[in-house]
Amino acid sequence: MATEAPTSGEYIVHHLTHMNSTGHKQAAVIDWSVWNLDTLFFSILLGVVTLFFLIRAANKATSGVPGRFQAAVEILFEMVADQAKGIVHSAESRKFVAPVALTVFVWIFLMNSMDFLPVDLLPRIWAAITGDSHAYLRVVPTADLNGTLGMSIGVLLICLYYNVKIKGFSGWVHELFTAPFGGHPLLYPVNFLMQMIEFLAKTISHGMRLFGNMYAGELIFMLIALLGGTATVFGFLGHIVAGSIWAVFHILIVALQAFIFMMLTLVYIGQAHESH
Amino acid sequence: MNLNATLIAQLVVFFILAWVTMKFVWPPIVKALDERAKKIADGLAAADKAKADLSHAEKKVVEELRKARESAGDVRASAEKQAAKFLDDARAEAARIVALAREAAQGEAAVAAQRAKETLRDQVANLAVAGAERILRREINAQVHADLLANLKQELQ
Repeated sequence: MATEAPTSGEYIVHHLTHMNSTGHKQAAVIDWSVWNLDTLFFSILLGVVTLFFLIRAANKATSGVPGRFQAAVEILFEMVADQAKGIVHSAESRKFVAPVALTVFVWIFLMNSMDFLPVDLLPRIWAAITGDSHAYLRVVPTADLNGTLGMSIGVLLICLYYNVKIKGFSGWVHELFTAPFGGHPLLYPVNFLMQMIEFLAKTISHGMRLFGNMYAGELIFMLIALLGGTATVFGFLGHIVAGSIWAVFHILIVALQAFIFMMLTLVYIGQAHESH
Repeated sequence: MNLNATLIAQLVVFFILAWVTMKFVWPPIVKALDERAKKIADGLAAADKAKADLSHAEKKVVEELRKARESAGDVRASAEKQAAKFLDDARAEAARIVALAREAAQGEAAVAAQRAKETLRDQVANLAVAGAERILRREINAQVHADLLANLKQELQ
């Protein structure tokens, strides 16, 4: 518990600081020796929850009349399988790609859903456990650029793998230099540059899109909490009204962003299968 | 918004989750769904077949009924024909027996009439003889006049 009330700025900055392996805010923009323990904890925890539910559903899956839980998982499964079938045309690739899409969707959905917990709930509990009122904790792994870029780079690696697998290494290199503008030697550098920009843009935008949405959503929850923190009638009512509206709207964002991430995963992998 | 080693860890977690899903989640669900699809398809096919069988059986029943009715009609017709034939035969037999009986009766009657006539003739002859005796007031030798009497009998016939 804070002994003295923090200012608005301090409150926001505190909430946006990760609990990392150094114990204080990361100084450099990029520092590969630092680990964000909170992001890791919650993403792995939710990954385990994801797998727990999916494996439970998979083990209970029968060809008989499905129960509600099984039916729900099957609806999800069919949705992902249909999308995968429409975008990735190789049945062999789908054996891996479709499960990736399902995992990504459920996992990201759960990680995004951490936003629905009151912004102060877990940080306060953590502060009480550690006894340190300034203990940092961020509970939404997808509001951490490391989390989302980690996944989008994973998708990039899968794309590179399928590029080589489908077209052969020489075929892919050939494509890198001859597409999209044509096979003239003068165009080789332009093509290659274009391809590199494309891969970079795809991956960065893939991760940034999810991160940006969840980061902004989290920030707005904090601002709404600050409104309530003014401890006035206006602030209290404002907190309730704005908090409710934003939470309801955020349900859409949570599901939509998980869906978009999954769809883009499929689209990018599908593109890796197509020759220019 | 800082990048650090979390990114690498998240990348690894991503692949582990994807691998586990691919290995342990996806195949059983695919299997169950495919099996159910097959079951449903089989069920529908069986229902279709049952429906076809039923209509086939109904058709067969109608056909059998028609056949049975037909054969019953045949049986009745032939029975009627036979009965009529029996009746005719019986009638003919009866007529024959009646005719025979009549003939026999007529024959017997004719014999009886003949016999009565002969008896009558004898008696008439005797009467004539007796009458003649009385008339002649004397006995006639029967043996002497037997021829005469036989002639007389002949004439009376």
